[in-house]
Amino acid sequence: MDLILAVSGLDAYYGRAHILQGVGFGMARGEVLALMGRNGAGKSTTIKAVMGLVPPARGEVRFEGSRIDGRQPFEIARLGIGYVPEERRIFSELTVMENLAVGQRPPREGVPHWTAEKLFALFPNLGRMRDRAGGAMSGGEQQMLTIARTLMGNPRLLLLDEPSEGLAPVIVEEMAKTILALKDEGLSILLSEQNLHFAGAVADRVAIIEKGAIRFTGTVAALTANEAIRRQYLSV
Amino acid sequence: MLDLILTQTLNGLASASSLFLVASGLSIIFGVTRIVNFAHGSLYMLGAYLGWTLVTWLGPASPFGFWGGVLLAALSVAAIGVLIEVAILRRIYQAPELFQLLATFGVVLMIQDIALAVWGPEDKLGPRAPGFKSFVILFDSRFPTYELLLIAIGPAVLGLLWFLFRRTRWGTLVRAATQDREMVGALGVNQRLLFTSVFAFGAGLAGLGGALQLPREAATLHMDLSMIAEVFVVVVVGGLGSVTGAYLAAVLIGILHAFGILIFPKITLVLVFLVMAVVLVAKPHGLLGKPPTGQARAPADEPLLRPADRATKLAGLAALLLLATLPLVTPDYLVLTLTELLILGLFAASLHFMMGPGGMTSFGHAAYFGLGAYGAALAVKWLGAPMEPALLFAPLLAGVAGAVFGWFCVRLSGVYLAMLTLAFAQIAWATAFQWVEFTGGDNGILGVWPAQWAVSKTAFYYLVLGLCAACVLLLRIMLFSPLGYALRAARDNPLRAEAIGIDTMRVQWAAFVVAAFAAGIAGGLFAFFKGSVFPTYLAIPRSVDALLMVLLGGVQTVSGPIVGAFAYAGLSEQLSRLTMYWRFALGLSIVLLVVLFPRGLVGSFLAWRERSRAEPAR
Repeated sequence: MDLILAVSGLDAYYGRAHILQGVGFGMARGEVLALMGRNGAGKSTTIKAVMGLVPPARGEVRFEGSRIDGRQPFEIARLGIGYVPEERRIFSELTVMENLAVGQRPPREGVPHWTAEKLFALFPNLGRMRDRAGGAMSGGEQQMLTIARTLMGNPRLLLLDEPSEGLAPVIVEEMAKTILALKDEGLSILLSEQNLHFAGAVADRVAIIEKGAIRFTGTVAALTANEAIRRQYLSV
Repeated sequence: MLDLILTQTLNGLASASSLFLVASGLSIIFGVTRIVNFAHGSLYMLGAYLGWTLVTWLGPASPFGFWGGVLLAALSVAAIGVLIEVAILRRIYQAPELFQLLATFGVVLMIQDIALAVWGPEDKLGPRAPGFKSFVILFDSRFPTYELLLIAIGPAVLGLLWFLFRRTRWGTLVRAATQDREMVGALGVNQRLLFTSVFAFGAGLAGLGGALQLPREAATLHMDLSMIAEVFVVVVVGGLGSVTGAYLAAVLIGILHAFGILIFPKITLVLVFLVMAVVLVAKPHGLLGKPPTGQARAPADEPLLRPADRATKLAGLAALLLLATLPLVTPDYLVLTLTELLILGLFAASLHFMMGPGGMTSFGHAAYFGLGAYGAALAVKWLGAPMEPALLFAPLLAGVAGAVFGWFCVRLSGVYLAMLTLAFAQIAWATAFQWVEFTGGDNGILGVWPAQWAVSKTAFYYLVLGLCAACVLLLRIMLFSPLGYALRAARDNPLRAEAIGIDTMRVQWAAFVVAAFAAGIAGGLFAFFKGSVFPTYLAIPRSVDALLMVLLGGVQTVSGPIVGAFAYAGLSEQLSRLTMYWRFALGLSIVLLVVLFPRGLVGSFLAWRERSRAEPAR
C-alpha cells in the first residue's frame, strides 16, 4: 500500500508528563483519517509530534517513505505537510491577504497550486474581507482563514486539529463540505475530532487514541457497528 | 523667548532621530525574538566608532567618503549583529525569557573592552558632514544644517520602515512572527534565518544611529549605557513593538531633554524617567502599544520549587558552618571580601524573591538597596543615631519606598513592570544625586561607622553573617508559606488565581515590599561596611549586578541567587585583579555560562540531578 504517512512507536512528553506512549498508525494516499478520543487522550500531541512541534522522544514518523521525526517544523512544512492548529492562531494584526501571504510556498508537483483567488472560490466569505484584520473576524471566519493560510503552502498532507470545535452547527456543516472538497482535490487529511457524527461525515477511517496509544482502527462503519468500543473510548 | 522655544524644539527633534533609529531597532528585535537586547546601546557605540574609523579612512572631505563611511559602518554593525545572533543568542532562545538578557549583558561588557582596546580611552571627535557644515538662520538664531538633515532623517526612516513592514514579504513575516513565531515556523518559514535577519536589521539601525550622531558629538566609551537607558525608555513609552510609537516617544524625549536643560537643569536626569513613570501609570502598554496577544507562556519545563530536602538542608548548614569558621583561618582581606559577598547574597536573594516566585522582574532593585544604605546613613548624619537604630531605619526607608513604587508597579507586568521599576530607581537615584543639601549629592555621606562592638572586621563579619542568614532563611520560609503559594499561583496564572479568590495585585504588592525591605537591610549593612554611601548605590549598574547574580544562579531556584552572588561578585573581583580587560573576561564568562548552563548554575544542577535520578527508573 502507498502510505503517505506512517507513524510507529511514537513517544512524546510534555515536560515530565508522558503523553504519547507508542502511537502507531498509517495513512494511505488520498485518505481522510479521523483521530478520535477523549480530551487529553493525545490527539493534538500526535498531530504536533508529526509536525515536529512536540519533538518525539522515541519512535519514527515517515512521510512519503522518508523519516521526518527530529526535523524542524519549517522543514516538515516545506516537505508538504500543512498544519492547522486547534486554537486557529490567526495573525490577528495581519489582514486576510497578509495571513495568506505568510503561508505561501512555491507550487508543488502533483498537488493543486493554491492561490488567494482560488481559495476565495472555496471560502467566499474570505474573499469579501481581504483587507480585514484577522483579529476582527468571527470564529468561523478565522477557522476558514487558518485552513486557507495552510493551503497556501500547497500541502500533500493536511493536519487538522479539531476543525469543528467551537463552531456553530451551520459552519460545522460547511467545514465538512470543505474537507470533502479538499479530499476531491487529492489531499490526504489527518484530523483530530471528538464528534463522531462529524468524523463519520468526512473520514474514510477512524483511529481511536486513549492514554497515548492507538486502541482501535477501522472504517467509520465498523466503529458505528461496534458499540463496546465506542462506549469504552468515546463516551464521556 | 519664542525663537528660543523654536530652536530648542528643533534641537529636540534632531536628537530624536538617532534615538528613534536605535529604539526602532531594539523594538523590532524584541518583537520577534522576545529578547531585551541590553547590547543595543553597545551596537550604537560601535556604529559611532566604526563610523569614525571608516569615514576617516575613506576621506571625510568628500561626500562619498563621509556617507560611504556612515553606510559601511551601519552594515558592519549589522554583520556584528549576525555574529552575536548566530554565536550566542541562537543557542539560548529556548532558555527562560530573561536569561537572554544576561547573555546580552555579557556582550555589553565584552564590547566595552573591545572598544577600549581598539580605539583607546580618548573620545573620538567626529568629522563634520560635507555639504552640511554651515548654519542657516532660523528665528534669528543660527541652526546647523546637519541638525535639519537629522530632523528629516527620522520621518524618512519611519516611512521606509512602514514600507518595509507593510509592503514586503519579509516585513509581513516579521510582523507575523512578532505575534506567533511558532506558527510562522509551522507554515514553512525558516525561523533561524528570520531571526538572524531581524537581529542584523535592528543592529544595523543602531549602527546607523551611532554613525549619524558623529558630527554632533564625539564617540565615547560611555555612550553605550547612557544610550541604552534612554532607548529603553523610548521603546517602553512608545509601546513595545510599535515603530510609530517609538518615533513619537523619541520626539517626546528629545524635546523634553532640550527644554529640560533650559528650564529645570536640576531634574534633567530624572525627567525622562518621570515621563516614563507617568506614561506607564496612565497607559500600561505605552503610547501606541497593545496588550500582548500571545498565549501566556507556561513555564512548563521549570523545575518546581520544593521545600529543601535533607541533603539541601545539610548542605545549607554545612555552608553556614563553613562561613562561620572561615574568619578564624583566613586573612583579613578575605574576611572583607566575604562580608561583601554575604551582603550581596542577601541583596540578590531579595530580588529573587520578587523575580522568581513573584514573576516580577526588576531592573531597578538597587533603589531599595541604596535607599537602605541612605536610610542608615541619613539616620546617622541627621539624627546622630548609633548603628543599631540606624540599621532599623534602613529597611524602613526601603520598605516605604517599595510600598509606594510597588503600588504602581504591580499594576503592570512583564517588561513594562521591569521598566517602571527602572524609572523609579532612576528617580530615587536622581534624588540622592541632586538633593545635595540633604544627601550630600555626589560626595555622598561619609563617616557611617559601626558601633564600638562591631568595629573589628571579624565582629562585623559575624553581624553580617547573622543578619543575612536570618533574612535569607525568613525569605525562604515565606516562599513556602501561604503568601509564597499565592505568589506563585499569581505568577503562573493570574486569571485562575483571581478566580479562586487570590487578590493577585495585593499579593504581588506584599512581595514587592518584602523584597524592598530585605534589600534595605542589605543596603544598611553595606553602608556600615563601607563607612559611606554614594548615589552609585542606587544606580543602574548595581541593579544590573543584582539581576546578573539572580539570573546566573537560576531564577527558579531558592539557593540560586546566593550561589549566583558569590559566583558573579567573586568572579568579577578575581578577574579585575588579573587583567586590565576584566570586563571582556567577565562578559565572556557570562556568555559561556549562559550557553553552557541555560537554567543558571543551581537550576542546571537541579535539572541534572533530576535527570540522573529519573534515568534508572526508565
